[in-house]
Amino acid sequence: MEKDQVDMDPNRLLPAGSEDVFYGLVAEYDSPGSLVLAAEQVRDAGYEQWDSHSPFPVHGIDPAMGIRPTILPILVFAGGITGTALAILMQWWMNAWEWHWVASGKPYFSLPQQIPIAFELTVLLAGFTTFFGMWGLNKLPQVWHPLFKRDRFLRATNDGFFISVESKDPKFDRAATERLLRDAGATAIEEVHYTTSTDLRTVPRPILGFILATSVLAMVPFAFIAKWRTTHSTEPHHYIVPDMDFQVSRRPQSESSIFPDERASRTGVDGTVARGELRDDDHFYHGLVDGKWASTFPPQIELSERTIRRGQQRFTIYCTPCHGQAGQGNGMIQVRALAVGAAATGWVQPTNLVDTAAQANPTRQPHGQLFNTISNGIRTMPAYKSQIPEEDRWAIVMYLRALQRSRNASIEDVPPSKRPTIR
Amino acid sequence: MSSPAEATEYFQHVTDTVCDIVERPWRRMPKAWYVALAISLCGAGLLLISLTKLVLTGIGIWGNNNTEGWAWDITNFVFWIGIGHAGTLISAILFLMRQKWRTSINRAAEAMTIFAVICAGIFPLFHTGRPWFAAYWLLPLPNDMSIWPQFRSPLMWDVFAVSTYLTISALFWYVGLVPDLATLRDRFVARGLNVRAAIYGALALGWRGSARQWHRFEKAYLILAALSTPLVLSVHSVVSFDFAVGQTPGWHTTIFPPYFVAGAIFSGFAMVLTLMIPARYLFGLKEIVRVDHIEAMCKILLATSMMVGFAYGTEFFIAWYSGNPYEQFTFLNRAFGPFAWAYWTMVTCNVIVPQAFWFKRCRTNPYIIVFLCILVNIGMWFERFVIIATSLTRTWIPSSWHYYQPTFWDISTLIGSFGLFFTLFLLFMRFLPAVAMFEVKFASDHAHAGPATAHH
Repeated sequence: MEKDQVDMDPNRLLPAGSEDVFYGLVAEYDSPGSLVLAAEQVRDAGYEQWDSHSPFPVHGIDPAMGIRPTILPILVFAGGITGTALAILMQWWMNAWEWHWVASGKPYFSLPQQIPIAFELTVLLAGFTTFFGMWGLNKLPQVWHPLFKRDRFLRATNDGFFISVESKDPKFDRAATERLLRDAGATAIEEVHYTTSTDLRTVPRPILGFILATSVLAMVPFAFIAKWRTTHSTEPHHYIVPDMDFQVSRRPQSESSIFPDERASRTGVDGTVARGELRDDDHFYHGLVDGKWASTFPPQIELSERTIRRGQQRFTIYCTPCHGQAGQGNGMIQVRALAVGAAATGWVQPTNLVDTAAQANPTRQPHGQLFNTISNGIRTMPAYKSQIPEEDRWAIVMYLRALQRSRNASIEDVPPSKRPTIR
Repeated sequence: MSSPAEATEYFQHVTDTVCDIVERPWRRMPKAWYVALAISLCGAGLLLISLTKLVLTGIGIWGNNNTEGWAWDITNFVFWIGIGHAGTLISAILFLMRQKWRTSINRAAEAMTIFAVICAGIFPLFHTGRPWFAAYWLLPLPNDMSIWPQFRSPLMWDVFAVSTYLTISALFWYVGLVPDLATLRDRFVARGLNVRAAIYGALALGWRGSARQWHRFEKAYLILAALSTPLVLSVHSVVSFDFAVGQTPGWHTTIFPPYFVAGAIFSGFAMVLTLMIPARYLFGLKEIVRVDHIEAMCKILLATSMMVGFAYGTEFFIAWYSGNPYEQFTFLNRAFGPFAWAYWTMVTCNVIVPQAFWFKRCRTNPYIIVFLCILVNIGMWFERFVIIATSLTRTWIPSSWHYYQPTFWDISTLIGSFGLFFTLFLLFMRFLPAVAMFEVKFASDHAHAGPATAHH
């Protein structure tokens, strides 16, 4: 064994009380191929506490070193399953159990809508397990390692290929191991030493101070939050953006600088139609068919005695004060107007609704025109569309038709069987 | 089969080329980098001003109104999320497909993903008006009446999808960075630069390239790629649910998830090319990011462009075939209504312009590629704008029909988000290994150098 070929550590001037420890040997190889060949020989020699080092994962090094597959995938699977379960549990608990979230009448809990978040949390937790699991299994981060003591080893992250064998390996023998590494094609072999000196291995004071100071400072916000959560303050609340917390509310008809016309009250947008107010059925709402007064009742109105009875009731409420019980234009308002002498000041008598003699009398008007008059009024008669719904206005028209018929009836209109009861 | 000496030389060359960008003194940084950083910082400052103004005043400073509740902000959100997708596609899907060319660009593309998702997150966060409450509103916490969030809402799904995407992308990126940070650490140690060695050393977690560590590292990398692949497809699908689950004509369609994903990959690749082509010239990465890599990306652009074009056609066909008069009106209104100019900008940039990539000359000329890619990103921004603006300004009630116009603050926030994005990217180029060195070495033929692989 040629001892002089081995590069001994030149800087082993140890402080008192410290002990030099022989870590092991590190051998350099000239190519990834040589590294794989050498690794096979070290493996076959039965070593256990050894490793190889390369700037990139070398093809075929795992079988050459006899590295068993890592358990990382199993950990990741467990992490992923935890994520899935957590996501579904969270969504079920928050939306279906702790608070019944009503959304469009859908079930509180249904799997399809939970899939996106379940997938994302599966990936998130699997990713965290991969990341932290890999560093944990690799025992990293590690701030210090004996191998870094050798300058030659700096090339392990650039272009160097190394095998390190630790002296604590039961098969380690200073001379035999070196021979094995050299025979396997090593271009250089070095001893690796480290020292147990506490002086050399303590953290420098400034760094220690920095770590302590930042650790204490990091607790300060939490301390304040903890204090604020448990104490009451007499100071007013601090508002970061006051104009968002205290927004000016405008009173109707007041001024506002926001709009060009300086009014706080806003009108609806042109063409706005309120819900249920789209009156596009001309027949029903306006009594018009093809632009002319309708001569028929709209299909919504049932031609029945019930409708006529309803019309009679509404007529009695709204129409009789002026037009009278029989529709002859002699209601109590007319009687009173004549009594106080209103005729002298231009009083217009309410129309006689059942008189067939007059030229433009209501008996000859189509249903639609009567409906329109009730809706919008005529001469001194006011509009009733805001008081009487469409159905009732049509019912009044129907009752009026019955009234007109009965006020102008002859004996022929009475069924023959009933005639004796009239006479 | 290369000799050990050739392989060592190649590995050193890769390390030196990539690390040089981080290690070189400030005076050796290209002038263009300084100019770009100055412009980007101005943009980032504009973003800061715009958001400060927004917080102090309220979102009324934007052109949004009762009709157009989602306007530029959600357009920008979908745009930036889409940009991010190419990074994950390159790092995860192409990794699973064993596409070796991805190794030269995946690091930068993943960085781009994270910065794009950060930019995207700004918009929904500030759209709430009071972002300091947003965490409280967006996370599954009970509100002030002790009522929990409603998980039937795709907006809730979006919160989970985007935050998971940002988290997993960052983890994936950092896992890949660790061995390269260790390379930088060891180079700074060798040069005796202790402060930088300590910073990069802390970030490298004590990585020492052990085969036992590499074994778990590779497994973790594979698992993260396998998790990211469905994740990236889910993110833009969920973003599209924000629209598709609604009843608004033009949004309520089942084609949205695949259509959005294809568009996202399309815009993302355009952004990767826009960033990487200048970078490879400025930082001497031409031998690592090779012309055939760029050509491959141009081909993906061409393919996704035609997918997007097919989706545009399908939307029109379904509007006609459904016999639904509201859908028909919506699509006729898109193409010929008041926003027709935006619609045809979108079609031109997204469907017609990328057809140039049929020609090898266009796939290899850097000026043409960057120009076309910028057009593609303009087109993809307009795609989201067209979807949002044309549908929201022509909803069910004609009284709410309206024309949308952005305000100064809409425009400044968008420009500002680009400023932030480029600032982050330029700082990334300077301070982190812009190319995944260990992956480039691993994917090269030199990784098989030496004797043992002969009997493989």
